[in-house]
Amino acid sequence: MDKLDEILSKYKDTKGALIPILQEVQEGFGYLPKDVMVRIAKDLKIPVSRVYGVATFYAQFYLAPYGKYTIRVCRGTACHIQGAKKVLSAIKNITGLEEGETSQDLRFTLETVSCLGACALAPIMMINKDYFGKMTPQKAATILRRYREE
Amino acid sequence: MKGYRTNIMVCAGTNCISNKSWEVKEALEAEIAKRGLEDEILVVPTGCVGFCAVGPIIIVQPEGIFYQSVKVSDVSHLVEEHFLKGKLVKSLMYVPPGEKEPIPKMKDIVFFRDQRLIALRSRGMINPERIEEYIGLDGYKALAKALTSMTPEEVIEEVKASGLRGRGGAGFPTGLKWESRKKAKDYPKYVICNADEGDPGAFMDRSIIEADPHSVIEGMAIGAYAIGASYGYIYTRVEYPLAIKRMEWAIQQAREYGLLGENIFGTGFNFNMGIFKGAGAFVCGETTSLVTSIEGRAPEPRQRPPRTELWNKPTVINNVETWANVPAIILEGAEWFSQIGTETSKGTKVFSLAGKINNAGLIEVPMGITLREMVYKIGGGIPNEKKFKAVQTGGPSGGCIPESLLDLPVDYERLTEAGAMMGSGGMIVMDENTCMVDVAKYFLEFLRDESCGKCSSCREGISAMLEIVTNICQGKGREGDIEFLEELGAAVTDTSLCGLGQSAPNPVLSTIRYFRDEYEAHIQERRCPAGVCKELIQYSINPEICTGCLLCVKTCPNEAIVGEKKRPQTINLDKCIKCGVCFEVCKFKAVVIT
Ligand SMILES: Cc1cc2nc3c(=O)[nH]c(=O)nc-3n(C[C@H](O)[C@H](O)[C@H](O)COP(=O)(O)O)c2cc1C
Ligand code: SF4
Ligand code: SF4
Ligand code: SF4
Ligand code: FES
Ligand code: FES
Repeated sequence: MDKLDEILSKYKDTKGALIPILQEVQEGFGYLPKDVMVRIAKDLKIPVSRVYGVATFYAQFYLAPYGKYTIRVCRGTACHIQGAKKVLSAIKNITGLEEGETSQDLRFTLETVSCLGACALAPIMMINKDYFGKMTPQKAATILRRYREE
Repeated sequence: MKGYRTNIMVCAGTNCISNKSWEVKEALEAEIAKRGLEDEILVVPTGCVGFCAVGPIIIVQPEGIFYQSVKVSDVSHLVEEHFLKGKLVKSLMYVPPGEKEPIPKMKDIVFFRDQRLIALRSRGMINPERIEEYIGLDGYKALAKALTSMTPEEVIEEVKASGLRGRGGAGFPTGLKWESRKKAKDYPKYVICNADEGDPGAFMDRSIIEADPHSVIEGMAIGAYAIGASYGYIYTRVEYPLAIKRMEWAIQQAREYGLLGENIFGTGFNFNMGIFKGAGAFVCGETTSLVTSIEGRAPEPRQRPPRTELWNKPTVINNVETWANVPAIILEGAEWFSQIGTETSKGTKVFSLAGKINNAGLIEVPMGITLREMVYKIGGGIPNEKKFKAVQTGGPSGGCIPESLLDLPVDYERLTEAGAMMGSGGMIVMDENTCMVDVAKYFLEFLRDESCGKCSSCREGISAMLEIVTNICQGKGREGDIEFLEELGAAVTDTSLCGLGQSAPNPVLSTIRYFRDEYEAHIQERRCPAGVCKELIQYSINPEICTGCLLCVKTCPNEAIVGEKKRPQTINLDKCIKCGVCFEVCKFKAVVIT
């Protein structure tokens, strides 16, 4: 647990450091384990409920472990107009996951996001740090097959 | 960039990176080294060049030769022809639709010709990760001018006289905002750059930061000097890793050059700044929530006044593009700036064009340009010869503008009168295959998810509107629904605490205003004229056209298509889940939606 102490001491003198701390903890642990949130609250002398409230408000925080590959499907306006819904249902079909779910083998997590900033190539999907533009249900199937077999 | 005869500018904006421009950049570097040209030719990654639809984009400077859709496999040929033999590669050039001759130079391409760049003044010209290149284009000259030859009052006067208004939403006069915070005598004061960019479908703010982070830093430093602030925050999202990386890097370089820190330019002015990574909530872009979020709490808008003050200290919050305009105004003068634009809206505006439009990308145009020029001239019109239906501006707080208003000159007041708004400049084009009721439903879903839930009118009102609109989309609409939506919308607007709730009904109200007939077709005839709403459409195969190639049979996820080989196929409606895959894959357009 000294990783946590390190992060906490780094922000010792910073005002309003809760969110940056949670971000670094998530980077380090992969998600926000419950006991870690309790320790953060203690250290910052704030109620656990507040740490929990912030962690659940922001879409970026995970309260449970997530998959090796995070599939992000954009549901922004440009992507919606260009057929993102069809892409999303195809991906749900293939992976058997609903939004926010992680597969049992911890291979895939499926998420939707507001905009991935590549709207000119809508609809957009991202797997970890790789972008895939002008998606169709078939293209999504081909790409997912690659990640599945790998 | 001394010593190099040529610079190859490779676009490394998010759209081009999605198209593998980083791989192209690496391939270029390798090829150039292989040919022993590395002392003559420099490969420079830049921010978004604007013509994202045809990326990855490469510009060869100083000639300004424009290459598009460059793939890794093109690189060796390109280097051989262009850089060894001195011959231009026609196959990688832009060809205007319907013409044969390619256009070699960027400045001659219509998409670029009618733009006017202020906020995006260095786009595609500099490596955003090298401060020296920004300085080489007169960067930080405006800051030097302000600090050494102007009083803070004079800076404020200049910004006021320029007519600059906020580019993040409401269009509040920037100079007036600064003046009110200058008067407050409580220290320390703060300046904040709002780079939350909550409009899902807009990407100009991140693009400005990715392309030219120093223009924002310089603008903020000038603003800080004007109001007497000593610290600045850039509020952006973790979802923007490239923008964050470039901004962190830029801040560090500015510190090394003494342009941030203590005693800047030896004038005794101290200013420093940092990045705050917020995340994934639309309401965070609203100023009071943004401030709450930096203070480390879940962002709930606060009643105003008290104003939008960080740690209860005087604070100025401006949008990315607003800040990026400031150095140009200080350097070139208010008079120059105020000559551009309309009576009430001065200067230029950056728009991100997306949706059903050929030249999707990022453009900067003088205020007062018509929507028609943007969509048809710069934007190149609608793909596949479809008919234009509407353009959506202002994101979830904005509205849809129909074809009859395409000649509207774009400025803050005109857009608001039309039931839309400038917003941050997201512009989504919709064609005849877009269902306007579905669009209204889409925005309501977005807003329901993003409402912080503090006021019941916003929380309950949006849900109630969504339920009605969803019913209409499912063919369960009733007489009187439209009128009820209008009433409900007015109530939500009147009783919500923050801008999110107050503007939430706009997408519904503006689509009712201009596309009432589409709502009526859904309600009265149980018909979706655009062929979008699943419950109201059916897929079938036209036997006259179907060749029996069986492609649709292979791709249908539910084995709903049956028939003999090489014979026309039919769709089993009981099994069809209306996923639309067959419609997409059929090369003969035999699948029809009714
Ligand atoms: C729900 C909501 C979301 C907003 N999101 C943003 C945003 O993402 N970026 C932004 O600059 N302004 C946003 N605004 C507008 C800001 O509240 C504020 O007006 C703006 O940042 C002020 O800067 P400006 O005067 O330079 O435009 C939003 C407003 C509301 C009500
Ligand atoms: S209007 Fe909506 S988002 Fe704004 S404070 Fe009220 S509930 Fe929250
Ligand atoms: S893909 Fe088109 S042509 Fe081929 S079998 Fe299906 S409907 Fe017929
Ligand atoms: S719409 Fe989808 S489920 Fe229905 S027939 Fe076509 S491919 Fe099959
Ligand atoms: S709307 Fe999908 S990337 Fe922007
Ligand atoms: S990202 Fe390359 S042109 Fe926009």
